[in-house]
Amino acid sequence: MKKETDLNVTNPEVLSTSLSRRNFLAFAGIGVLGTALVSSCKRDSGVMPDGTIDLGGGDIGILNYAYALEQLEAAFYTKVASSFYAGASADEISRLTEIRNHEIAHREFFKNALGSSAIPDLEVDFSSIDFNSRNSVLATAKAFEDLGVSAYNGAGKLIVNGDYLLLAGKIVSVEARHAAYIRDIISNGSFANSEVVDSNGLELSRDPNAVLSIAGTFLKSKISAKNLPTS
Amino acid sequence: MNFGNILNEIESTDPEVFEKVSQRRHIFKSFGTKVALAALPFAIGSMFKKAYGQTTGSIIDVLNFALTLEYLEAAFYEQGSANPALFPTSAAASAIATIGQHETAHVNFLKSAILASGGTPVSSPVFDFTAGGTFPDVFVSYQTFLAVAQTFEDTGVRAYKGQAGNLISNNDVLTAALNIHSVEARHAAHIRQMRKANGFGDVKPWITNNDSGIGAVVQASYDGEENTLQAGIQIKDINGKAISMSDASEAFDEPLSKDQILAIVAPFIV
Repeated sequence: MKKETDLNVTNPEVLSTSLSRRNFLAFAGIGVLGTALVSSCKRDSGVMPDGTIDLGGGDIGILNYAYALEQLEAAFYTKVASSFYAGASADEISRLTEIRNHEIAHREFFKNALGSSAIPDLEVDFSSIDFNSRNSVLATAKAFEDLGVSAYNGAGKLIVNGDYLLLAGKIVSVEARHAAYIRDIISNGSFANSEVVDSNGLELSRDPNAVLSIAGTFLKSKISAKNLPTS
Repeated sequence: MNFGNILNEIESTDPEVFEKVSQRRHIFKSFGTKVALAALPFAIGSMFKKAYGQTTGSIIDVLNFALTLEYLEAAFYEQGSANPALFPTSAAASAIATIGQHETAHVNFLKSAILASGGTPVSSPVFDFTAGGTFPDVFVSYQTFLAVAQTFEDTGVRAYKGQAGNLISNNDVLTAALNIHSVEARHAAHIRQMRKANGFGDVKPWITNNDSGIGAVVQASYDGEENTLQAGIQIKDINGKAISMSDASEAFDEPLSKDQILAIVAPFIV
């Protein structure tokens, strides 16, 4: 605790980060006991000897899973917005820049919420994407957004704490709005077609292993979901 | 749960609803009673079968609440699609048809889910999409139609989000609700793009602050969306990143409670 105080004095960002985390844990009804629990489970999340990043278990593991996906999305749109593809319309530049900001907001939110339980920064591999090509960028954006929605949809049942579930719900509908927008600028009217919505009008869900096998093709970092809850 | 209970809840926010529905209320009082529940065949064969033993009354209440909202949306798009002259392009008519098909599918799915869970699906209310004259040209004016559509979709997203916590004990029902929730958000995004493309409102696919781009008449569906504080963490300028108030509000959609939703839809129920 003394160490944290010292850090707070020398680095105001650490102060605000640790305060935010404390607020978050208090809000989530975890409090002091939960903090101890998170600490005792810390060995479950982190970097394994071969460099694989373990998301950890329980709700913290699910939050790290979401944090990993938001890191990937934020990195992608940051690259997109740093130099737009040829022929980007003014509307596309505005909307894609906003999406970048939303994904950064999500990423930073999870980072602060998880605090010392957060996985490290991921290394991405975007070598398969041609960032100067509208088709390549939008096809990747579509894949990421649809994947993100299905990931949150599939993760809901794995969450124990109702406050975390609500937070996932607040984010997934924004990802769905992104997905619909991207799909419509690729092909107007494809916002909710049969690729993503079944005959009951229900969207796809994917479990973490399915999601990570797709996301993994865009990551240098290796991620393990072995300690995530399965029901 | 029966429809009378929903009417009681609307009554608490709209005192006039009692007069509006008194005749129907009587009908509903004899419907959805324990006798009617007991008379229902034990439904089997659906994904909800295994959850039957765990399906509490409160979960069936949530499903019936969702069903009522889906009835509203399905009937709205059905009536809109019945007037092809409403739509300026075939793309517009097609998008509305797609959305309407999803809403009808949601109605049927929820009815099946409620039956399979041992509950009784509520009947559809009778709707007045002019909301007592607030939207007199709702099925004549494309602009009004899309304004009401946007409000219904954005409100639907908030309604499902607000109920997720009540379904946390039942994985199948929660997942199904989430799988509907994101479809409603896709609908909302598309309708908002349709409005923008026609110059009806300066809206994005996502909700900026608590702006509806429509007017005060639908403000209750947008109040609270301006929130930028998530679980005690301020999203605006988080960690020194250039995240504006607008960005921060757009990045997270906000829930509404059942009572708030019922107050919003009450004017559309005869």
